[in-house]
Amino acid sequence: MNKAKDILRSSKNSSPSGKVDGALIPILEQVSDPEIPVLSIMDMGVVRSAVFENDVVKVQITPTYSGCPAMDVIGDDIKKALKDAGYKSEVELILSPAWTTDWITPRGRKALEDYGIAAPLGAEADKDVLLHGKRLVKCPQCGSTNTKMVSQFGSTACKAQFQCDDCLEPFDYFKCLK
Amino acid sequence: MKDNLYQYLLGIADNSLILGQRMGELCGHGPSLETDIACTNISLDLFGQVRSYYQYAAKIAGDGRTEDDIAMLRKEREYLNVLLVEQPNTDFAYTMARHFLFDVYHLLFLTELKKSKDMTLAAIATKCIKEVRYHQRFSSDWIRRLGDGTEESHNRMQAAINDLWTYTDELFHQTEADKAMVSEGIGVDVTKLKAAYYEKVNTILEESTLSIPESKYFQKGGKMGIHTEHIGFLLAELQYMQRTYPNMEW
Ligand SMILES: [Zn+2]
Repeated sequence: MNKAKDILRSSKNSSPSGKVDGALIPILEQVSDPEIPVLSIMDMGVVRSAVFENDVVKVQITPTYSGCPAMDVIGDDIKKALKDAGYKSEVELILSPAWTTDWITPRGRKALEDYGIAAPLGAEADKDVLLHGKRLVKCPQCGSTNTKMVSQFGSTACKAQFQCDDCLEPFDYFKCLK
Repeated sequence: MKDNLYQYLLGIADNSLILGQRMGELCGHGPSLETDIACTNISLDLFGQVRSYYQYAAKIAGDGRTEDDIAMLRKEREYLNVLLVEQPNTDFAYTMARHFLFDVYHLLFLTELKKSKDMTLAAIATKCIKEVRYHQRFSSDWIRRLGDGTEESHNRMQAAINDLWTYTDELFHQTEADKAMVSEGIGVDVTKLKAAYYEKVNTILEESTLSIPESKYFQKGGKMGIHTEHIGFLLAELQYMQRTYPNMEW
């Protein structure tokens, strides 16, 4: 529990990919969410900033969900990737502004779909799907939207469990978080 | 000011910690795989949220205690959660009714806490509210399904509401720390949430063919550290590892 450094600071940066030094981008793109290995933390939008301060790289990350158990691992993986590249680093967890699924990049959305996870719809469509049972989520296996929700919570808090009524495959839908 | 803020943070965090522990008890025991996973995911959300509060509390206390010490190593009378959240998981109707009666309050509370002058609290509330919206959807859905389900599920859900309703009034009681924090523009005046709470609960119960009981008697005490007999057993399980292996780390 006490690994996260200081969750309480906030960043003013509210754009999807924050202030990240160009030299660090290829390194951080190698770090992925341990629960969705195809998705880099850059494409997930959890890196808020990464800049050089003297000879130390200062990285700020923000959690997708408060209880996301991946955050401690992501912090360690960032430090390791930077160390392998020859940099000293400090990783800080910040809460504000709060993460939203809008920060997942188009490339990230495609990676999710290729991996078999349906990417989040817009806020209104998400409500229609989760509350009113509308069939709008595209099956990542066969592309049909003849799909239904099985459970509001899937394999992790950020996903809901769906099933396709055409190919019958079950799949995860990444819920919209705004 | 410092002590009031500390007590205020515990009041908020302890509700989510104790409820999170109750939901976590369903791990491997849920009535179906989907509900089991949902309840444990909700539990995980709540534990994630309390970390932010306890980290802040540890910083305010400034006496060398960590978030873990504060969460795990207090005595029963030092936990300030409302009695509602410590009530046991009897049947699934009871578990969902308890969660629903807290979720409605939680969402109203966080909506106000977002406006706090304390930037840390406002940031935590902004983060938590997104998750709690899903919790309320989940529990409301079960209120409807069981309330408007079979005769058996309806009766069980109404019995659960009747029993748990007596614990709801305490949600709107102000502690000394509450009053102090409200006057500083940091805290939420919970007395003002009562009307909206009643309306929301009533609407969903009506949709579910259920009703709010007419009881005039309410239980209180949790906010002052005076708990029901259930919390001792809950804390014994919650604190087991920390007490048995002091200073352990994962
Ligand atoms: Zn399909």
